Amino acid sequence: MVSTQRSWPHDRIPVEPRGCDTFGLPDDRRLDVAEQVPLVDYLVLGDEPHLQANECTACGARFFDRRNACASCGKTEFTKAAIATEGVLRSFTIVAFAAPGIPVPFVAGIIDCDGTQVRANVVDVEPDPEHVTLGMKLKLTTFPIGEDSAGTEAIGFGFAPLEAN
Amino acid sequence: MASDDIWILGITMTKFGKRPEDDVVDLAAEAALGALADGGVTIQEMGVLAAGNLMGAAAGIGQQLQKQIGQTGIPVYNVANACATGATALRTAIMAVKAGECDMGLAVGVEKLSGAGLLSGGSRKEDADTWTPKGRYGAVAGLDGRVGTEIMPGVFAQVGMEYGYEHGGATFELFARISEKNHSHSTLNPLAAYSKAMTLEQIMGDIMIAYPNTRPMCSANCDGAAAAVVVSDAKLKTLDPDQRRRAVKVSASVLTSDPWDEGCQQLPNVNTLTRRAAVQAYEQAGVAPEDLDLVELHDCFATAELVHYDNLQLCAPGEAVPFFESGATWRTGSTPVNVSGGLESKGHPIAATGIANIWEVCHHLRGEAGDRQIEGAKVGLAHVIGLGSACGVHILEKAA
Repeated sequence: MVSTQRSWPHDRIPVEPRGCDTFGLPDDRRLDVAEQVPLVDYLVLGDEPHLQANECTACGARFFDRRNACASCGKTEFTKAAIATEGVLRSFTIVAFAAPGIPVPFVAGIIDCDGTQVRANVVDVEPDPEHVTLGMKLKLTTFPIGEDSAGTEAIGFGFAPLEAN
Repeated sequence: MASDDIWILGITMTKFGKRPEDDVVDLAAEAALGALADGGVTIQEMGVLAAGNLMGAAAGIGQQLQKQIGQTGIPVYNVANACATGATALRTAIMAVKAGECDMGLAVGVEKLSGAGLLSGGSRKEDADTWTPKGRYGAVAGLDGRVGTEIMPGVFAQVGMEYGYEHGGATFELFARISEKNHSHSTLNPLAAYSKAMTLEQIMGDIMIAYPNTRPMCSANCDGAAAAVVVSDAKLKTLDPDQRRRAVKVSASVLTSDPWDEGCQQLPNVNTLTRRAAVQAYEQAGVAPEDLDLVELHDCFATAELVHYDNLQLCAPGEAVPFFESGATWRTGSTPVNVSGGLESKGHPIAATGIANIWEVCHHLRGEAGDRQIEGAKVGLAHVIGLGSACGVHILEKAA
């Protein structure tokens, strides 16, 4: 695992500061919103919430985690790419049995967002195979998942049916 | 003149199931001593030992085993490669023999999993007092259940459902019928953890774990071990006729990992690496899929078996559903798959699985499979996949 050739900053690509700063809002608007943080750093909040990938500048491969290099071509330069907020349900499962503390049932799925696969829960839908179907059209939605002891609200995401059932 | 062929000289699997009186070393020793006896050789003749025990990967099962059955000073490789651990151990011994470092080697896989419950997905801890970004996703809280699922029944459910998205026909009932087949097959296997037939209604009506996988459609956690002795072609020629007659040729031994493609880090892609392993294996062996008399493939979930029909080229591309529906993969069909009962019924003691499936194939090629013998079996394929991912494919042929 030890490499002597880590010329590229291997620990992480630059990420925006978290908290209010990630909203991309003008300074004068910051006080208007509650203190919020995204569940993951690839969720961009603000007026138009969306997911953001690290896209390899050489081959276009997209990743949601911080990168050491590209798993497709091995190059080390990335740019931020906004992911389409609508997609198609490519696969799913309805989890009925999970680790303690995880509410069940819930729908886990893979959403094809204009060619980029995204892992997410399917929300705002009855968790049964009559209501969740392969190929259904979905859109990104965000929602609070709770406040911490400092009163900061964490915002999670999921994909909801594009049209009401 | 000797070729560089490698042969399985001796091989065994223990009874799978609940083995409360035996620890991992007992099970490993039972399998290892069994394989040595089966091959008519001793530990003193082994030039290499490769051993796997995934749950205790840091403990060095190889040396623990040596301390019970023979500390001969040979190199030991403790391997861990998820559910491909057993196949990796076998391949390690094969590589050592093939490289000419020794002429005989022992591979062992062992696991104690009875009552283990869900083996992954328990990583979500209680939320912290403050939302602090952590890890590669900068997550402020646990993601299992919030951003998809980490549990294997759910991951592999999605693998099967994705096949349905691409090709259609992958219904809950279809997957349950695959499970019905494997549970039915296991009734003829006295070493299986479970050997009771289950009706389609029982399977579909059982506890739902992750739709469309109910409990009997998931691999059975159990205890067990398997071991194999491999030998070079040159060495085999010096052994007695009885040993030579029962030796099984390793016509292909392949290990692959997951090549990158779009989406493979969102849902593990179990297809690409299996396809690549199969293509390499058929080429190495000079065998075509239609030549196979039986296949043991990695049905860690009923939803997984379906996709591997396609990945192993047992059917035309995209045709796994009609292929199964034709009855081809039942033991009476044209390509019997998992006549052992598979992981769903025989059981899945993780590190043992990749050698146990080869034992099953060898058992038939030797004509020693008793009630479940596939008559006239001459060539078989064994496949395992471990997430991360690693895929092992071995093609085995009856001695000419």
